[in-house]
Amino acid sequence: MLTINEVRKQFGSFTAVDGINLQIPRGEIFGLLGANGAGKTTTFRMILGLLTPSQGRITWNDKEISYETSDLIGYLPEERGLYPKLTVREQLIYLGQLRGMTRSQIQEQTDKWLKRFGAEEYLNKKVEALSKGNQQKIQFIAAVLHRPELLILDEPFSGLDPVNVELLKSAVNELKKEGTTIVFSSHRMEHVEELCQHLCIMHRGKSVVQGNLKEIKRSFGKKNVSVKADFDLIYLKDTAGVIKHRTTGDGIILQIEREEVAKDLFQAIQSKGFVRKFELEEPSLNDIFIEKVGVVHE
Amino acid sequence: MSKFMTVMMHTYRSKIKSKPFLITTLITIGLLFVITNMNEITKMFGEDEASKIGVIDRTGETLPALQTQLKQTNDDLKAEAFTKSESEAEKAVLDGKIEGLLILDKDASGIITGTYKAEDVTQQSLIADVELALQQIKNKSAAESIGLNQEQLAAIYSPVTFAKESLSDSAKSEEEAAQVYILVYVVLFFMYMAVMMYGSMIAVEVATEKSSRVMEILISSVSPVTQMFGKIFGIVLVALTQLALFVAGGFLAVKLNGQLSGSESIINELKLNEIPTSLIIYALVFFILGFFLYSTLFAMLGSLISRVEEVNNLMTPVVIVIVAAFMIAMFGRENPESGFVAAASYFPLFTPMLMLLRVGMLSLPVWEVALGISVLVGAIFLFAIIGARVYRGGVLMYGNAPSLKLFKQALLLSKQEKKNTTDI
Repeated sequence: MLTINEVRKQFGSFTAVDGINLQIPRGEIFGLLGANGAGKTTTFRMILGLLTPSQGRITWNDKEISYETSDLIGYLPEERGLYPKLTVREQLIYLGQLRGMTRSQIQEQTDKWLKRFGAEEYLNKKVEALSKGNQQKIQFIAAVLHRPELLILDEPFSGLDPVNVELLKSAVNELKKEGTTIVFSSHRMEHVEELCQHLCIMHRGKSVVQGNLKEIKRSFGKKNVSVKADFDLIYLKDTAGVIKHRTTGDGIILQIEREEVAKDLFQAIQSKGFVRKFELEEPSLNDIFIEKVGVVHE
Repeated sequence: MSKFMTVMMHTYRSKIKSKPFLITTLITIGLLFVITNMNEITKMFGEDEASKIGVIDRTGETLPALQTQLKQTNDDLKAEAFTKSESEAEKAVLDGKIEGLLILDKDASGIITGTYKAEDVTQQSLIADVELALQQIKNKSAAESIGLNQEQLAAIYSPVTFAKESLSDSAKSEEEAAQVYILVYVVLFFMYMAVMMYGSMIAVEVATEKSSRVMEILISSVSPVTQMFGKIFGIVLVALTQLALFVAGGFLAVKLNGQLSGSESIINELKLNEIPTSLIIYALVFFILGFFLYSTLFAMLGSLISRVEEVNNLMTPVVIVIVAAFMIAMFGRENPESGFVAAASYFPLFTPMLMLLRVGMLSLPVWEVALGISVLVGAIFLFAIIGARVYRGGVLMYGNAPSLKLFKQALLLSKQEKKNTTDI
């Protein structure tokens, strides 16, 4: 269990992280969301022990995190970095040894992961010769090679094509099943919605929303109604209780205050023509994020 | 294997295998062979043919004397009478039939003069030989003209008997001083080379890890202090390996030369095998300590920059310091007693070179040497502590050109991160 208790981090007069409280149980995938500069990476660096909190405590299974526990932790930094001149093999051997592995353990895990990612032929290639996507796979392998109990992934999917994203997602899910606790940050809301049970949205160092994904959505209150019809739907935006609207190619998406408004909308489109779709949707994480952080992201 | 060892061996292996290392090592050893065997190599291209110069002797009596003189100084240089005209002689020079043309004459007061004409006057040693021979003939004839005989002349030119004796028991004999001179020079040179080569190697190594951003993974698995020292020790191992190869190569080269020429080897000639063991130990101690000092400095500086290209900017001030130390050492070789050199030898960045020089050239009391070593060790620790802190802060900092402000920032950042600095 990873416990982050009232953690603050100040750089001079600038407060990067301001009183974060998190509890992440074993075998859970936890999402940390936030705009650039929200304090995600600083939080990660504190979890890893690279930075010391100005205030508060971070513990892993009730133990302070230090270089004694670093063999238990895996880290995929946001800024990808490998030795460009080393081969994949040399690279993984060095990084694995630094996490306390023996050569034969490294060999075994390397073979397993390269096979899984279909990257066996790169074993003896220099990293600089690999494509960006393949470099990222290697970087991911380096982070999980030593079977860490706690895995920290800073923007793991950025810059990957959809096929590789799926590959990585399934690997992350599998690690979770094996009991690895995973904390990850992402710009992509759909990845967070898909992978996480719990999440935290950070804004300017503070946690603005935090908890179970479903509960967050439920307690958000506002819902979306998506309508598609053969006639013009724009008049629906003036219905009482509609907060926002967005037109799509062949329809409209309306954000409503409460579920009841949907009924009024349903009434309003009766006998106007053929309705292809009328759906009451849970709010997307993106809506919540924009609402809470107050900026349009990406 | 501890993480310290992992970092050290990784650094060592990747450097030993690198092309620049192999190339510089091979080239240097090759050079060692060439230099020590220069005499044999020149022989291989055949003995220089005897050079012949044409002489137009207008005095009518100097040529035989000149020939005798030249025979004594340079057997390969023959002077022959040139019987045709001066212009024909000049043509012969240009055609390469004779090396040069010497016109002998007498001036108004009857003193011999010479004019040497050659295609170009770059053959300094040949010209000097001719001039010397002529000078001696002139001296002799001048002496004869005032009525001095051979013995009197010899008495004038014989060197004075001048012996040096040191009264202190521990003072260095002249021979010892000469050996030390060579040893100090060799160590100074090695030190200079080593610091320039390996110092930048360390800085580049750190900067590469920063610029490739692999640093963040590294410091999440091993403490920056362990990492820094692992790297320094790794590079020191590389340096020692290379040094050992050079020494072995040099030894073989000298051996080879001894076999080829059949004469006494350079080692015996310079009495290098008689250098006191204590001095060799001092040389090693100062070399290693000095190396650590500069390595720590470079590692610290390397952690301040974020791109490899910036290494050069940082190198400059350090290089200036090393060059200064080298200059003072060169000055100190002539004046080892100088108070300035003594004072400078306690400045840590100069100590390795200057203290060694003083140990070798003077009979220093033990406490002075001990003090020098202590200053050095103290400075290494100080640099290591500051270096580790700057390193810790520096590796997480990106952007900005290196500056004092950056240095302070790194210190400040690491001060907040003191928690883990002590575990190596």
